[in-house]
Amino acid sequence: MSAEPGERGSDGVLLEVSNLRLAFGGIQALFDVSFDIRRGEIRAIIGPNGAGKTSMLNCINGFYKPQQGTITYKGRAVHQMRSHDAAKNGIARTFQNIALFRSMTALDNIMTGRLLKMRANLLWDALYLGPARREELAHRAFAERIIDFLEIQAVRKIPVGRLPYGLQKRVELGRALAAEPELLLLDEPMGGMNVEEKQDMSRFILDVNQEFGTTIALIEHDMGVVMDISDRVVVLDYGRKIADGTPDQVRTDPAVVEAYLGVDHGPAPAEEKPCISSTPS
Amino acid sequence: MFYREAGEFKTSYAADQAIFPIAQDRIALVVLVLAAYVGVPLIANGYWLDAILIPFLVYSLAALGLNILTGYAGQVSLGTGGFMAVGAFSAYKLAIGFPHLNVVLVIVIAGLIAAAVGIVFGVPSLRIKGFYLAVATLAAQFFLVWLFNRVPWFTNYSSSGVISAPLRAVFGRVYITGAEASSVDKYLFALTTVSLLALAAKNMVRCATGRAWMAIRDMDIAAEIIGIRPLATKLTAFAVSSFYVGVAGALWAFVYTGTVEPLAFDVERSFQILFMIIIGGLGSILGSFLGAAFVVLVPVLLSNAPGFLGLSIRVATVTNLQSIIFGALIVFFLVVEPNGLARLWQVGKEKLRLWPFPY
Ligand SMILES: Nc1ncnc2c1ncn2[C@@H]1O[C@H](COP(=O)(O)OP(=O)(O)O)[C@@H](O)[C@H]1O
Ligand SMILES: [Mg+2]
Repeated sequence: MSAEPGERGSDGVLLEVSNLRLAFGGIQALFDVSFDIRRGEIRAIIGPNGAGKTSMLNCINGFYKPQQGTITYKGRAVHQMRSHDAAKNGIARTFQNIALFRSMTALDNIMTGRLLKMRANLLWDALYLGPARREELAHRAFAERIIDFLEIQAVRKIPVGRLPYGLQKRVELGRALAAEPELLLLDEPMGGMNVEEKQDMSRFILDVNQEFGTTIALIEHDMGVVMDISDRVVVLDYGRKIADGTPDQVRTDPAVVEAYLGVDHGPAPAEEKPCISSTPS
Repeated sequence: MFYREAGEFKTSYAADQAIFPIAQDRIALVVLVLAAYVGVPLIANGYWLDAILIPFLVYSLAALGLNILTGYAGQVSLGTGGFMAVGAFSAYKLAIGFPHLNVVLVIVIAGLIAAAVGIVFGVPSLRIKGFYLAVATLAAQFFLVWLFNRVPWFTNYSSSGVISAPLRAVFGRVYITGAEASSVDKYLFALTTVSLLALAAKNMVRCATGRAWMAIRDMDIAAEIIGIRPLATKLTAFAVSSFYVGVAGALWAFVYTGTVEPLAFDVERSFQILFMIIIGGLGSILGSFLGAAFVVLVPVLLSNAPGFLGLSIRVATVTNLQSIIFGALIVFFLVVEPNGLARLWQVGKEKLRLWPFPY
């Protein structure tokens, strides 16, 4: 699905964030944060609630404008780009509090993910002839591949507002995948899920990464999942980066342990314990 | 649920993407088209054509236009009357100014002018939403009617401010406007225009264009993040919607009433058409027609029903009764069934599929 496949974590840097600063009034959401995401890796962003993880993703895809610092994507400075430019540049995302088009069907939601790839204009659409029809059918075929991949065939014609939470998260992932992103930003894709649903979602994320070579930035609270599927982890706390490295390096880092013990979030290496995060902000 | 869960029996996506995927629906549509084109002209008298069917078609088109903007793209508008006026007065000026221009072209160009005006008044929608957008479109409504009232050029300096549609034929002696036009010809012309535009609307809303509109309606922030341009998408909706409404205005002046003054398109008209799509169903092509039929037919029923029942009710009472019934229905639909009659129809069909089982 993604344009450029690559070995996990071995190719060059896809995205680099340096000295990013973002404040809302008096609140420092991000303070001097620098890290990079390499082509083809799964990069986890973790930290207690309010640490600035979601704000980080919002900066990366142009939804928030950082006051200072730079974001370089594929070698180009992009920290002033608009959201739809980010989409055009191959950045897709899902949201912490599901942002699907609720009255549209699962299939139509996924088809919206392909809008950027569609060329036909209003008049062809009105006639449903020529390029419009050809395009609809070609993109429908692609959307069906995603539906098969995510195992949501049975619900494709149901308005997503009526689907259970776990399936909505899946459809949202499908909509992001439909854009064939190079960089996929996932904001707590397993938030509020039970163990079984988390396992399914972890499998999908790994498959996307391995089969399509999609680079993934993943915010997740469940440390077990993070340790299992991520290549490298960056840890934020109160808007600052407090650790960065492989899962093993990070879990033993004293600053991380302290951050997690300080906040009521359970010890970091909670391997099997299902740790269901509340959904902040 | 059996029908749904059983999933895809269609052998190709083309079949599944067809405009009416279910065979019974297609048959029903063919029957309906035959009835409208052959049955009605044979049976209906002048009263039915002029006072019920033609206004129903014109209202349906206006409702369809508003439904594209409000129901599909989620942009509230109270300017429908104003845009109808743009269509009506543009068509009039074009027909008078270019007597040899075919009336079909006159109406299309009038629609395009309305679309352009719609785009201008749609620009604020990038910044304002909901209630405030409704107020902005209301301003457009008042401004446009004021303009056509005050600038005599639009009515060709007619002293009464009333315009009369000139005699025009689609081809040969098939007149569709003016005193010599026959009711059947006018009806068939309105029917054809509305059918073609309804087909085009149905196509738009099931393609990329419609998905972008609905995405903006359901969650504009998420839509922007997946790459939809909010302004372009909203302006397309304003343009298409205003085109439909403008053509409806032109048909109103030329085919339905024949003579018209700006006040025919005042704010009450805007509300009336808004009520149609609320009652019929927001975001539904069928709903636009159901809503128009309802609003056109209920007064007819109400004024005839007491007679049938042998009662004599004063006209004023009937008018009051109408207002009360509409008011109650609008509240009912807003609160209980925001998807209107179209949704009730849908539920009915689903029940039918499961019959005789309750679930
Ligand atoms: N749009 C916003 N307006 C004001 N404050 C915000 C906004 N977005 C985030 N914040 C604040 O920034 C901080 C970081 O929030 P967030 O990035 O959502 O954290 P996380 O995703 O790590 O839980 C919080 O204190 C939050 O209240
Ligand atoms: Mg968050």
